[in-house]
Order: sequence, then C-alpha cells, then structure tokens
Amino acid sequence: MLRFLPALTLLAMLGPVVAGLWGTLLPAFGHLPSAGLHGPSLDPFRNLFAWGGLADAARLSLTTGLVATALSLGIVALISASWSGTKAFRVLERLLSPLLSVPHAAAAFGLAFLIAPSGWVARLLSPALTGWERPPDFLILQDPLGLAMIAGLVVKEVPFLLLMTIAAIGQAQPRRSLLVAQSLGYGRVTGWLKTVFPRVYSQIRLPVYVVIAYSMSVVDVALILGPTTPPTLSVQIVKWMSDPDLSMRLTGAAAAILQLALVIGVLFFWWLGERFVAHFGSLWIMSGRRGQDDTPIRMFSLGLGSICALAVFLGIASLLVWSLAAFWSFPNVLPDEFTWRTWSKHGPDAFATFGETFLIAGIAVLLALILVLGCLEAEHRSGRPLSRRGLWMLYLPLLVPQTAFLPGLQTLLLSIGADVGRIPVIFAHLVFVLPYVFLSLGDPWRAWDARNAIVAGALGARPWAIFWRVRVPMLLRPILIATAVGIAVSVGQYLPTLLVGGGRVSTLTTEAVALASGGDRRAVGVYGLAQTLAALVPFTLAIVVPAVLWRNRRNLHE
Amino acid sequence: MNKSLNLQEVCILRDGAPLIEVDHTIHAGEVLSVMGPSGVGKSTLLSFITGTLPSAFKGMGRVLLDGSDITQKPPHARHVGILFQDDLLFPHMSVGANLAFGMHPGGSKSEKRAKIDASLRDVGLEGFADRDPATLSGGQKARVALMRMLLSNPRALLLDEAFSRLDADLRAQVRDLVFRTARERELPVLMVTHDAEDAKAAGGEIIELKDLRAC
Repeated sequence: MLRFLPALTLLAMLGPVVAGLWGTLLPAFGHLPSAGLHGPSLDPFRNLFAWGGLADAARLSLTTGLVATALSLGIVALISASWSGTKAFRVLERLLSPLLSVPHAAAAFGLAFLIAPSGWVARLLSPALTGWERPPDFLILQDPLGLAMIAGLVVKEVPFLLLMTIAAIGQAQPRRSLLVAQSLGYGRVTGWLKTVFPRVYSQIRLPVYVVIAYSMSVVDVALILGPTTPPTLSVQIVKWMSDPDLSMRLTGAAAAILQLALVIGVLFFWWLGERFVAHFGSLWIMSGRRGQDDTPIRMFSLGLGSICALAVFLGIASLLVWSLAAFWSFPNVLPDEFTWRTWSKHGPDAFATFGETFLIAGIAVLLALILVLGCLEAEHRSGRPLSRRGLWMLYLPLLVPQTAFLPGLQTLLLSIGADVGRIPVIFAHLVFVLPYVFLSLGDPWRAWDARNAIVAGALGARPWAIFWRVRVPMLLRPILIATAVGIAVSVGQYLPTLLVGGGRVSTLTTEAVALASGGDRRAVGVYGLAQTLAALVPFTLAIVVPAVLWRNRRNLHE
Repeated sequence: MNKSLNLQEVCILRDGAPLIEVDHTIHAGEVLSVMGPSGVGKSTLLSFITGTLPSAFKGMGRVLLDGSDITQKPPHARHVGILFQDDLLFPHMSVGANLAFGMHPGGSKSEKRAKIDASLRDVGLEGFADRDPATLSGGQKARVALMRMLLSNPRALLLDEAFSRLDADLRAQVRDLVFRTARERELPVLMVTHDAEDAKAAGGEIIELKDLRAC
C-alpha cells in the first residue's frame, strides 16, 4: 500500500493541473461541445486580441508580477544581509512568521483600510499635517498602475520569502563565511551579500518563482487593490468565465493560455536576469569593495521590514475597529462610537461560513497529511530520498498560474456532467495544500535521528509501531505546524473555491472578496477578521498543544 | 552452535566495491572488538546485523544467532540489542515507559511496573520510573538505555561507539557494567570502537578493519 502513495500523491497534485490545462486548451481553440461549438478555430484568440483592454491588462500582469517579486526579494535580501544572526533578526522572524498564515485577501483589505484616502494613515496625519477636513479625492486604491496591488503583494510575500531564506540560511553555515569576510575588512551587508547570498539564493529559487507566478496571476488581491478599467488579465479571465454567455468562455480560455504564456515568458526573463545579476555580482566581488559604511543601509532595511510587518498588523487591527465601528467621521482616528451591530448582523452568517470553510480545509488537510506522511514513511523505509526532479514536481502546481488551469478544470467538470460543489472544491484545494504540507513537514521529518528507529526495531517494535509510537509523537510539533500551514492555505484559497465550486460553495474568503465591490467596510471587517482567525487559530494550537502535552518532557522543547 | 553470534563470510559492498569483510564467531559472554578509523564502515556492519542496512550498501554472507539464520528476518524479529554513543531514550516517554517499550507484551500492569522498578533498582536508579529522561545525568541515561535493551531479552548485544560520549570516570564505570551484565547473561557482544581503551577493557579478540577502498 505504502508503495503506491507517492504515485497517488503525484496524481492528486498534478492530475487536476494537467486536466485543467487540457480543459483550457480545447475551448481556447474553439472546441466546446457542451455549447455546441467544435474546433479547431482561432476565433477565441481573435476575439481576445480585439478586446481593447488587452494591452493594459497584460502589461499589468507583467509589472505587478515583476515589481512585487523584485521588491520582496530585495527587501528580504537586505534584511538578511543586515541582520541575520542578530537579536533584531529573531524578533523580526517572530513577528513575520504569524503573518505568513494571514490570508492574502485579509491582508489586502487591511492594507486598503490603512492607505485609502479615508484610511488610518490619512486620519492620523489629518488635519494637523495635511489640512484635510474631508478625505482627499485621490485614487490610491485601485490605481491604474497597480501600485496599491504591488504593495499588497509585497507585504505578504516578504514574510514568505524571509522564512524560506531563514530555512536556507540554516543549511548554508553563514556564520563562518561572514566571519572570514569581516576579518578581511568587509562590511556586514557587503560581506553577506558576497559570500552567503549566492548559496541562499540557489535554495530559495523555486519559492521566488512561485512568488512570480502567483503575483502575476492573483485574483483576490487584484479585485481588492488592483485597477478596474481594465482589470488585470487574470481578473478579466474570471469575468469571462463567469459570463452567462457560454461563448465568452472561449475568449476566457484563450486569455488563460495567454496568461500561462506570459508567466512562462517572465520566468524565462527572470532566469536570464539571474545570469545577468550573477555576472555583475562576480564583477562586484572581484572589485574587492569592502562597503564598510553600511549603517544607513542596515537602518533602511530594518525600516522596510518593520513597515511590512506593521502594514499587516495594523491592517488587521483596522479590520477589527471597522467591524466594531458605529459612526466614524473623518479625520477622527477612532470611531465616534463602538457597536456590536455589525457583528450581530453578519456574525451568524460568518459563523456558518466558518463551518463550511473548516470542513473543506479539514478534509483537504487530512488527505494531504495521509499522503505526505505516507510518502515520507515510504521514503524512509526504502532509503531513497526525494530527487531534484521530485522537488520540481512539488512546486509545479504552484508555478502554473491558477487562472490557467482552474477555468479549464471547471469547464471539464461541467462537460463530463460531474457535479460542481464541495467535493471537487476539496480536491482542488488539495492541489495547493499538498505541496505546502510536504514542504513544511519534509525537512523536520528527514532531520529526525533514524537511529531512534533502529533502537525501537531492535527492541522488537514493528515498522508501524515505530511510526505511531516513536516517530509521530516525537515529531508532533512539526506535524501540527504542517497541519496549520495546510489549513491556512486552504482557508486563503479564492479561485479554486469560486470556479470549481461553481458559485455554490462559499468560504470566508469568497464571501469576503465578494464584499469588496460593495464598499461596506464594516461587513468586510467582520469577514476579513473571521478569515484571519480561521488561519491563525490553528497556528496557535500547533504551538500550544505540544507545549502542554509535553510540558514534562524537556527535550521536546526547543 | 548454541548461544553465539556467527558472522559467516559477511561482506558489505558499496557501489559494488567491498567495504568490510568479516568471518567470525562470537561465543556467549565473549566480546569481539572491531576497530578502525572512522569512515571505514564499522557502523555499517552493525546495521547489517540489525537488518537496517542503508540502501546504498549491499550485504552478503549470513548472520546466525544461536544457530538460526536471521539474515532475512525483519529488524523487530532478530532479538539483537544495540547501544549507540547517544542514549537515544525516547524523549516523549518517561523513564518507566522507555523501559516498558522493549518489554514483551502480556502480563498485568502491576507486574510490569514491579519489573520496571526492580530493574531500575538493579542499576541504582530506584524511584526514577516517572522521571523525564531529559532530567537524568549522562551516566544515568546510559544505565537506563542499557536496562531498556536488556528488558527486551536480546540474544546478542551490539555496541556502536557506545561509550565515546562519556567522560573518563563514567566511561570505565558504564563499560564495566555493560560487559559484566553481558557475561552474566551469556550474551555474545560485538563492539565497534575507535578507542583502544575500550577494546582492551573488553578483553576479547580484536579485529582491525583496514580501509579496503585504499587498496
């Protein structure tokens, strides 16, 4: 049984991606039998290129993806170069790691509440510094350049890349390299960038690619913070896919293929950029510049990191305040009056949606855990670790833009007459939950001292007894953390729920994003906060439960 | 051929090249010391005997325990006890639960408990059953690990650098305890070590492994 789990895991992860791409490709070339259309034809692409907004939409996809990734990576590299190994860095790590689980949509809403013309930042500065008595008439959110959207992506991708970097730093043994560099007269930042960063980057390369693909094709953040006329390409794809006119699906499918091509093109462009940076980096190293006066850079990077953390923390606080606000006049920093009215109005619905959200997340994560633990145990027993190609396979569902295969998956499910609804949604979530659970659990699982298994076996324990009685209890903490990661991933999913659920399955995320266009900030506050809690509570439990369970077992605490 | 550990033409290969070759019989209560520089594959020999040889290696030859061939048996059915340089007490179990882990199923709870208490008394750790292993000293942990292994009624004993983490005083003490117990229980002992002191204290035959890769 165990032997088949790796294959089954691959099927669960890549099956929907491949099927979805196929389901996108056919209608993109005019083949949609359920609508009475038979291909092949190039009409969908002709219609796509006839759409006036295409150039802007495609440009937005490119710029948001590239700029958000480059900024996030730059900030992470500067922070790590300036502070890794110091106390400030550990504080920052502690602050940022819970942010990782905050759903993108909740963070985006929070940011919107901060930077909007009538947001907290403007209120804090008004009227003393700005002289504004009324909210200014600026287009800050949904600006045509996508700057707000880029900011929304950066505050979420910085924690992700930073935690990936921290994991990579652990393997790179930076302390000695930095010590040598510093003894040769290099400044801390320059020394780190020249000696440690190249090794670290090769480890976080795939996560960086994930950030590129994600930022280029994200839908929920774009709906909340992105421009509207035209929207980003991915938002437009979803619009076309939800059009009652079935023929619009063909245009949507063609656009999805274009989106996929754009992502592949940008990934290739980035790959060329890596060569370029490597070339100039080695020239920089050869130059022997020591970069000793790096205090301004270190302060600057600390400032950037703090802004990212604060943006999310204050954003969540503003969700809370809005959900409790009665009348709130500008430019008051706090509401004129607090009330439970919004909670009593939306609370019961939100609570019911909480149940549906956790049902989907719970089953998807349970399936993911069974598959991942099975794969890791099979790996342990056969002694053959995951190859480099296997690692690429794990990242593949995260590299293919969601808008490229999910519309096709929906079309395919409809055309074979399968029911859309909860069960397909769970399997769609599994596609994204599986890689993250695997990546989260893989390293601690493999780091476990296998001599424990030898001793237990010599004491007469069978393989499954070793698994349940020794390995799982010893690794309870990472297992629960991986569970929490999986739940956070599932809770945050927007597009799979929307498209594969056929509009009939609603989770906290789909409800929250649906409120985006309505402009009811108080309701958004309730749903955004519920969404954040749904992702954060499992994390808290993952830390508290082992601490309580093993309170008398000192060696299980770090 | 009763009460012995018999390695018949055991040869361990890595990538098709021989790493170690041993052909030897260890009788009850005797200690065979296998010495050699690190990296020569001493521990690999032990993993062949416990049935946990990593897949990068290939083992040939036979291992007979008390006359019966265990080469093809799964690790849990071999009745071969092993001690490493680290105590490897399971950190999530109490001292008592660690001891109970290796005991054969069956018997009432109170019988089990009495046996655990008695064996702790034997090694001077009376009343330690409910303690967290992390709170024990190095020597105490080593004694619990030895007792846990003995309670599983092994028919042979393997020592993988078992004393190298202990400081000099403690080392002699624990070593004497292990060898004395093995003699009392008539267990054949196979010890791999890089320390000549250990080998001398064992008093048995010594095999020096050479680096076959150098040939």
